[in-house]
Amino acid sequence: MDAQLKRGLLDVCVLAAIKNEESYGYQILKDMKPYMEMSESTLYTILKRLESASLLTVRSAEHNGRLRKYYRITAAGRARLAEFKAEWREVTSIYQFVTKGDEHHE
Amino acid sequence: MNKSVFLSMLREKLSGLPEEDRNERLAFFSESIDDRVEEGLSEEEAVAALGTVEEIATQVIADTPLVTIVRKKLTPKKRLRGWEILLLVLGSPVWLSLGVALAAVALSLYATLFAVIVSLWAVFVSLLGGALGGVLGGATVALSQEMLPGLALVGAGVLAAGLSVFVFFGCKAATRGICALTKTIGFKTKRSLTRKGEA
Repeated sequence: MDAQLKRGLLDVCVLAAIKNEESYGYQILKDMKPYMEMSESTLYTILKRLESASLLTVRSAEHNGRLRKYYRITAAGRARLAEFKAEWREVTSIYQFVTKGDEHHE
Repeated sequence: MNKSVFLSMLREKLSGLPEEDRNERLAFFSESIDDRVEEGLSEEEAVAALGTVEEIATQVIADTPLVTIVRKKLTPKKRLRGWEILLLVLGSPVWLSLGVALAAVALSLYATLFAVIVSLWAVFVSLLGGALGGVLGGATVALSQEMLPGLALVGAGVLAAGLSVFVFFGCKAATRGICALTKTIGFKTKRSLTRKGEA
């Protein structure tokens, strides 16, 4: 897959994993696993990127006597998801055009 | 391998990163191990689930911009003493010029490679031009003035067209090669800068 496209998809996946409620690193990986396998360091890099783009915010909270970082989506993050959905509708319609009539010729 | 051994090995491997960045990454891995243990894995299993230290370090270095690594490398760990500064300044005509010369040689080698590729593409473009000119010009000459020289020109044009096809694939391969080389050099540079704790 094209590297640029993949990068965009990874960002959107992580945002989707926290769109309903704030979440933490391991939980995000588990939620994404059926759709996208990702290593710990990849996730770290993406979370950093999303944070510096203000698409999510981070807070540390205590959990079982240790600190855990929780990630929460921002309004800009939701806007990014909405943008992705709109773009994808466009891509789907292009896909339909590209594959139109293919069954008849095979 | 237990958690503390894993984390200290990773700390060692990532010593080329800025302190703050490194601590944050290690905390992230530590949290991940704890979360897996909480879910019922043993500490060893949780560590193994993250992958090997070598794999992780390789990926982290690939993800980190070269600038960050160089900046960290250039920040002195301790303050220099007065006589050390004096020596550095006095010796600068030697080490500075040597360093600049070395860098210039490396850069010019790289630039030469680029120049070769640019000229290869230039050959390709001129062959295409030759092909077009030969065929069109030759046809005009053959029809309006002299038959045989005109045909010879058309032949030369066709020959140039054929050669340009070969040259095109050569150019493409060479360009791809230099892109791969650039990537490798970038990664190797980062790698050598983050190798050990010495700075």
